[in-house]
Amino acid sequence: MTGFVTPKLEYVALLPMLIIFAGAIIGVLVEAFAKQSLRKFIHSLLTPTTLLLALFQVFANKDLVTTNAAINSVVIDGPVIIAQGTILILTLISLLFILDVDSFAPEASALPGSEEERKALAIGKQQTEIFPLLLFSVAGMMLFPAANDLITLFIALEVLSLPLYLMAGLSRRRRLFSQESAMKYFLLGAYSSAFFIFGAAFLYGYSGSIQFSQIRSAVVGSSGNDVLLLIGIVFLSVGLLFKVGAVPFHAWTPDVYQGAPTPITGFMAAVTKVAAFLAVLRIFYTVLDGAIWQWRPLLTAVAILTMVVGSVVALVQRDVKRMLAYSSIAHAGFLLTGVIAFNKAGLESSLFYLLAYGIATLGAFGIITLIQDSQGEVTDLNRWAGLGKKSPAIASAFAFFLLTFAGIPLTSGFIGKFSIFSAAYESGNIAVVVVGVLTSALAAFFYIRVIVLMFFTDAKDATVTVTLPTLRSSIAVWGTAFLTLILGVLPNSTLSFIENLAIFTR
Amino acid sequence: MDISYYLYLSAALFVIGAVGVVIRRNAIVIFMCIELMLNASNLAFVTFARIHGNLEGQMVAFFTMVVAACEVVVGLAIIVMIYRSRRSASVDDASLLRR
Repeated sequence: MTGFVTPKLEYVALLPMLIIFAGAIIGVLVEAFAKQSLRKFIHSLLTPTTLLLALFQVFANKDLVTTNAAINSVVIDGPVIIAQGTILILTLISLLFILDVDSFAPEASALPGSEEERKALAIGKQQTEIFPLLLFSVAGMMLFPAANDLITLFIALEVLSLPLYLMAGLSRRRRLFSQESAMKYFLLGAYSSAFFIFGAAFLYGYSGSIQFSQIRSAVVGSSGNDVLLLIGIVFLSVGLLFKVGAVPFHAWTPDVYQGAPTPITGFMAAVTKVAAFLAVLRIFYTVLDGAIWQWRPLLTAVAILTMVVGSVVALVQRDVKRMLAYSSIAHAGFLLTGVIAFNKAGLESSLFYLLAYGIATLGAFGIITLIQDSQGEVTDLNRWAGLGKKSPAIASAFAFFLLTFAGIPLTSGFIGKFSIFSAAYESGNIAVVVVGVLTSALAAFFYIRVIVLMFFTDAKDATVTVTLPTLRSSIAVWGTAFLTLILGVLPNSTLSFIENLAIFTR
Repeated sequence: MDISYYLYLSAALFVIGAVGVVIRRNAIVIFMCIELMLNASNLAFVTFARIHGNLEGQMVAFFTMVVAACEVVVGLAIIVMIYRSRRSASVDDASLLRR
């Protein structure tokens, strides 16, 4: 028995996450001690500063590779750096919308429609806890792909999820919807984490260790009871696939996307996917790679089901947020083909796809916050008719994002889809690629239906207006559109940047 | 005594919890079923720690308890909020989004 050894932490490697946690804790202190009227102003400086500092540190750590950042619990390598950078950039963009639009309840504890709520609204109260919650969630998301043992993975999953459950319930308008979506998200999320931890227990039982590297050597040497391994893989996958919103674990997605405040929906759709998919890729590429013949058929079935259900059900949606929710389910299916590919191209194309899809998603959800009537946002698609005549610029931007989702050439979505399908094709998974291409074609149909509705249908509803975007939203909308175009026309520098870094370290 | 009986007990508890979530209608009861599932996982972890003769599994059990406590804080807040606005914690009543 050796004596107590002081744990050695590599603070530089951990610094981006530590900065975010520190920012979040300062944010909580601001909530406790700052005057009500000053809070939003302080957060509007503190939150972006924290994110930018962390982003600079991630960039400075670019060439760092270590599995030993926190006594084998955290691994920092190329894919993690790219994921953390992507998460921070996407959060900064979504922060522009979160700061700009009054989408949040004045007082979450007041009953909807009560005297108390009216008073809180009248004195201009705001639930500014949203900002520290956002930072905690981001910190969890940055840790999730970097986890190198089962405890860290589980804790990161909960740190990223718990604030999201709360944020989903803080919408200013239609508060009953919002509260309901928070409850659904919470109950189903907690259900899936129970599956996740049960699967983790069986992986531990199989290998005798919670370290990824030792689980891997146990799987490769197949030293243990295969039943335990299978139970472990299935239950762990259920937990992870829930987070990415894959069928048949997608039931929460449309309800939560519709009920949550729209800027938060954008944040969830874009950023959570990055964290969750990187963790999925790490687990299946580096931990369970010896058991590929066990998990590949399973994931192939899930991917095909996800692409088909997402695209088909999206066809009949009448609410724009629900439609984008089903479209995000379909995209989760496309991204799963990158996991199934199981080669370096699969990893690279997934990283590019996540960045491209995230930017376009933020832009699209940001535009939804601008389409309003006197009651707030209008999400009913029928009332979007003729929007192209009222506000050609915003409608064109939305159409551009829809074409990106559809994967039309000259947009980043095309490059993403093309590279991810060719990676899957290279590895010989023809069936998945065929289903992917067919469902993409099907998906293009409902995206183009919305475009037709906006530009070639007469407006029936004069009450729907496009609120004039303030400077912040304009920057966000046009910035995301510009980035989407750049990634579509000149993707080479980004692709080669990703190619150089995208190597998992075991 | 054969230690694998603890694993059967853990699996049984987990199944009771998982089925309970699906068939019960009260949000609080559903939540208790989820806690049961988490504790079933804890039992599995501790049993495996005993089988392998190392402490990692017991360590995880502590972390799971902490996480379960955090989930209670967040979850009860959400459920109480729903109950106050609707006078009901039944998940069947919360169906505005399906219409």
